[in-house]
Amino acid sequence: MTTNKSGLDRRSFCRLVGGGIVVFVSVGPSALLSQERRRTYPEDLNAYLRIDENGLVTIFSGKIEMGQGVMTSQAQMAADELGVGLDSIRMVLGDTDVCPWDAGTWGSLTTRVFGPALRAAAAEARTVLTQLGAKQLGVAKDQVVVANGVVSVADDPSRKVTYGELAKGKQVSRLVDEKAVLRSVKEFKVMGLSPKRIDGLDKVTGHAKYAGDIRLPGMLYARILRPPAMGAKLKSADTSAAKSLPGVTVVEQGDLVAVLHAQPDAAAEGIGRVKAEWDVPKPEVDDTSISGYLLRKAPQPRVRSTKGDVAAARAAAGRVFESTYETPYHAHAPMEPHTAIAEFKDGKMTIWSSTQSPFGTRDVVAKELALDPKNVRVITPYVGGGFGGKGSGRQSAEAARLAQITGKPVQVAFTRPEEFFYDTFDPASIIKIASAVDKDGKITLWDYDTYYAGDRGTEIFYEIPNSAIRTYGSWGGGTPPLFPVGPWRAPGANMNIFAGESQVDIMAAAAGVDPLEFRLRNTPDPRMRSVLQAAAKQFGWKAAPGPSGQGRAVACGVDAGTYVALMASVKVDKASGKVTVDRVVCAQDMGIVVNPDGARMQMEGCVTMGLGYVFSEELKFKGAEILDHNFGTYRIPHFSQVPRIETVLVKNDEVLPQGGGEPGIVCMGAVMANAVFDATGARLFRLPMTPERVLAALKKGEKAASS
Amino acid sequence: MKTTVKFRLNGRPTTIETDDDRRLLWVLRTDLDLTGTKYGCGSGFCGACTVLVDGKAVRSCQTPLRSLDGKEVVTIEGLSRDGQIHPLQQAFVDHGALQCGYCTPGMIMNATALLQQQPHPTREAIVQGMERNLCRCGAHQRIIAAIEDVSRGKGGAA
Ligand code: FES
Ligand code: FES
Repeated sequence: MTTNKSGLDRRSFCRLVGGGIVVFVSVGPSALLSQERRRTYPEDLNAYLRIDENGLVTIFSGKIEMGQGVMTSQAQMAADELGVGLDSIRMVLGDTDVCPWDAGTWGSLTTRVFGPALRAAAAEARTVLTQLGAKQLGVAKDQVVVANGVVSVADDPSRKVTYGELAKGKQVSRLVDEKAVLRSVKEFKVMGLSPKRIDGLDKVTGHAKYAGDIRLPGMLYARILRPPAMGAKLKSADTSAAKSLPGVTVVEQGDLVAVLHAQPDAAAEGIGRVKAEWDVPKPEVDDTSISGYLLRKAPQPRVRSTKGDVAAARAAAGRVFESTYETPYHAHAPMEPHTAIAEFKDGKMTIWSSTQSPFGTRDVVAKELALDPKNVRVITPYVGGGFGGKGSGRQSAEAARLAQITGKPVQVAFTRPEEFFYDTFDPASIIKIASAVDKDGKITLWDYDTYYAGDRGTEIFYEIPNSAIRTYGSWGGGTPPLFPVGPWRAPGANMNIFAGESQVDIMAAAAGVDPLEFRLRNTPDPRMRSVLQAAAKQFGWKAAPGPSGQGRAVACGVDAGTYVALMASVKVDKASGKVTVDRVVCAQDMGIVVNPDGARMQMEGCVTMGLGYVFSEELKFKGAEILDHNFGTYRIPHFSQVPRIETVLVKNDEVLPQGGGEPGIVCMGAVMANAVFDATGARLFRLPMTPERVLAALKKGEKAASS
Repeated sequence: MKTTVKFRLNGRPTTIETDDDRRLLWVLRTDLDLTGTKYGCGSGFCGACTVLVDGKAVRSCQTPLRSLDGKEVVTIEGLSRDGQIHPLQQAFVDHGALQCGYCTPGMIMNATALLQQQPHPTREAIVQGMERNLCRCGAHQRIIAAIEDVSRGKGGAA
């Protein structure tokens, strides 16, 4: 049986963590519902925290740290609401036995959706402490103030009591179910600043523990026999040569063939000795023929939105711009491959896993092993990158199963080739757009079909009287079952905005209008206008219709509630087709910024990671066989490719904190395609823009010019 | 073949009796319980497993144990001196030159070797020297800035 409820009820939680002051918050299901609409959680709690007799505050959060800095930003939020310094906060993340239920760390939701619950819990704790403090000091509660973990009498600061003293010997447990009064921006002391990452020291000294670094007595390292292609059937496996290695354990149970050893390299040697025969499905398609295949297999569209009269606008238009954009499959390729270690003891399964979804992992393992979810505990150490790829991965279930079979703790750590094989890839997609513009440079038509990219990034932020948006399949489903696909940093938005903002550029050039001016002319949205203007100011934008020969460009979008504008300058080597990116400016309005430097790190990370899908990343495959096995052929960004990146945070304290881990990447395709166009006059409709494709586009441009 | 390999590890004499064909990475992580050195690709592409051997950056996933006899090996755990972290470690913290942190030990070890060989590299030389270390989170710009700072003597480094 699986359950979606929290792993622990309130009473057991208090028993587990001991005395002190414990605050739970249940801000109603709406926040959690918006994480995943299909579920309801009438009795679930969103956040817990505890204050102990030393005044230390422990935050229990289901959100995990995979590099995005939420360990620090969550601590900042709690510190401010509680009125303590950051150094009094301890974070416990992603432990299903002691943390509140959470859908998973993705979609830039941590600060946006979980943040308010966490802040409410901390604000309530402050209220409790204020009341207790006032009582102890013998004054009314409006006569005390709190700061730095101390409650004192406003008129006589020498009369004071610390949070630790108040928590001592107490067993206070409070439930917040109404809206707590949160601090206003003016009252922030820790939020809005950029303290050093609290995980920094652990990470530079090598002491930070990732799932693969957990060592348990008697543990075995497992290597599992893998199929050569998705859907291949095992015909036979001869494990005799593996069995002759000293110290190995060989497990053969149906399709599961594994070699285990106390040394990982010996397990690798063992699996290499297994002779297996497979029935491999005949390949129907490869990376060169994928677009046609996907179009042929496309499911019925869903109409996302319509406005005005598209047919009439088409008929009335002097010229209709029709374009088709294509993007391939991408791998997440986090530097830490999927890893888990499982221990089965006294009927309880404990798994340390590199996952973005500890609770999802718990439920998957419970289901596969027919265990009560109460008897499965998932602990999430530091995660070495996720980008959407570390859902409730198979490595945890495999480790758990092998631990159950062998009675020993078992580690399953994907090799890099396994990581490329079992990834849930960013889906290949095709986007077709027909659009038109009138003589004043105003867009009149937007007729948009997106295949497999889903609807994220399709929202129109321009003022267009006639539009239709249809989606065919999405990254969440409806893709032909070649191999699994899933969310990849800002899922779908990268493709949709690549297409949409390239198309806008095409119209701007045809209308003879500077591309920045064209966007401003067509968008009344004040937040979009302000990020565009902020980017232009930082960039030193020089207005000219494209292609201006400057090799500079703009693109903008909205993602995870954040408005983002990118400007970039590039050089194109016309002989080799190689594009060099000199500079990128990224301007964002993300509402209240909890940690400005943390936000900038994410923006820089987005721009840098984006260079990969723009210029080099393209998964090679034949049928369901993945041909990329390692970084030698699947090329992610290197140091020499990284331009100067400048980030601008547009102040907007009117809006609650919005997402920061993804928006910066969504405009990368368009801004680079637009920059290549501005430099050369050649337009690329397909990512990645490899030197060969750039050369081909240049040739085509020449032909068009000479004909 | 089982043999005895002797080397200095983070300043201490170390003797390992094992199959001399084994790669250093696994011996460090498993036999010696030094898990700061990471596996990223196992094929020499990523640099997550970088350690110093006689002051040079090497990829421990490619380094056979037998090649280490009589050598001096330093891992990320051995970089701190007398409880003080290395200036590069400090600079990485100060610049926020890490996100998930998985590439970080390899980056720092590679940068250490780089600065030992060229104490005052140009920015270009830093980029070239770090080129084969991969970071998926995109901390590159800050990593370069951190190394530049240390090379200019900021953070107490020569
Ligand atoms: S693990 Fe050694 S280079 Fe990647
Ligand atoms: S910080 Fe995550 S890979 Fe570099």
